[in-house]
Amino acid sequence: MAALAVVVALLGVWEAVALAGLVDPLLLPAPTDVAQTLWSDRSLLAPDLATTTWEVLVGLLAAIAGGVAIALAMHLSPVARRALRPLVIGSQAVPVPVIAPLIILALGFGFAPKVLLVALVCFFPVTINLYDGLRDADPDARRLLRSLDATRWQTLRVLEAPGALPAAFTGVRVAAAVAVIGAVFAEWSGSDAGLGHAVLTANGQLETSRAFAATALLFALAVVLYGAVALLERRVVTWTPRTEPGGS
Amino acid sequence: METDVEARSLEPRDDAEQGRAGEGVEVAGVAKAFGTVRALDGVSLRVRARSTVAVVGPSGCGKTTLLELVCGLQRPDAGTVQAPPAALMPQRDALLPWLSALDNAALATRLAGTSKADGRRAAHAHFAHFGLEGFEGARPRELSGGMRQRVAFIRTLLAGRELLCLDEPFGALDALTRQHMQTWLANALAEQPRTVLLVTHDVEEAVLLADRIVLLSARPGRVVAELDVALERPRRRADPGVQALRERALATLGGVD
Repeated sequence: MAALAVVVALLGVWEAVALAGLVDPLLLPAPTDVAQTLWSDRSLLAPDLATTTWEVLVGLLAAIAGGVAIALAMHLSPVARRALRPLVIGSQAVPVPVIAPLIILALGFGFAPKVLLVALVCFFPVTINLYDGLRDADPDARRLLRSLDATRWQTLRVLEAPGALPAAFTGVRVAAAVAVIGAVFAEWSGSDAGLGHAVLTANGQLETSRAFAATALLFALAVVLYGAVALLERRVVTWTPRTEPGGS
Repeated sequence: METDVEARSLEPRDDAEQGRAGEGVEVAGVAKAFGTVRALDGVSLRVRARSTVAVVGPSGCGKTTLLELVCGLQRPDAGTVQAPPAALMPQRDALLPWLSALDNAALATRLAGTSKADGRRAAHAHFAHFGLEGFEGARPRELSGGMRQRVAFIRTLLAGRELLCLDEPFGALDALTRQHMQTWLANALAEQPRTVLLVTHDVEEAVLLADRIVLLSARPGRVVAELDVALERPRRRADPGVQALRERALATLGGVD
């Protein structure tokens, strides 16, 4: 609710600035204009929203699958850890706008390069958080399992994996929030659909309010995705108390 | 499930009757160092089968290291350790926060490959007895410190091992709960005798629970004295015999500090 109040307040200021004629509406359309465009151009924007949502969802799932595999490999095998760690970190050193055109060049204008870019942006927080979570298991519990002759697999299943779930979810939440970035850069580098593409074409046509409308949808997409992951987390991770400072 | 469980709790507990009463613990001339820190230096002690030995010493005298050696989690640098397979009860209860109290208690059986239902049944048979009835489905954070220790103790019992290694089992509890739990453990061991190696810094706890007390010096740990506790059970804190022995042990320890 507080978040909503902040958004409404910001929109109010923005609206006032626009109404007062302080800026050219071509540069900064009023929120009400954007809302109007959102409605009037809905048949134009809906397919773009569907395209981007699909890219983001598939990319995020691919990132989770890949991130879990890499984190497990790094956790279980010192060889894999030495081999993969520099690559995992290095993958984040290259800015997305730089690598996006290269991937489009290699994979074409279809769906695959979009998914790959989203996955590239998303797998890092998933991998690193899960990997740390797996290592952070309570040392006392580790000793206990060892004294009970638990196998490596049992230790992973009984202790490390459940213990790493909260950290893994943190990674997925971060990934969900930034997934949209990968999709937009991929679309900018070459595509004929999606919200990123819509922003680009609207800019070209000086349809500023449509560009803003598409951006608003991107914003909403990230928030909804994040919220969905947080909801799932609350259902899965039921054992940690979630007390927020200052009450609910 | 309820009826099933009730029926089971009336049967004799098979894990109490198991275990050959000939296997004690024999630690001879054991030394252990971690880097340049010498934790133990020439420690010898013996735990006869079905008896309780308490190892008492100032903190940092290598008590936990001694338990790890006996449990086979560490190898001694010198000396020998002979012990049957042991069940360890770590210093903090080490309950898994995502498992229910029942599943935590049944952890050892699950690791041993027993089916989930059988493990739970075996654990539940102990729950009523240890005052945990109604808390089977509770997560550890919903339990009091004393309850958590009892769940951890059931888990230790269900490992089905003759030797129990208890590492300051009540060190984290408040004084009142600790006294409660000491009485409770004394009763539990009277009913289900095991070979117990108990590590503690609480002299009174040692006198109340043990047949024999081994006093260790500050690091590196050496055996300073051994005391036989030839007192009737059940023992009470206020018994003159308990008091006298407590003073004797404290005086001996005080002399080495």
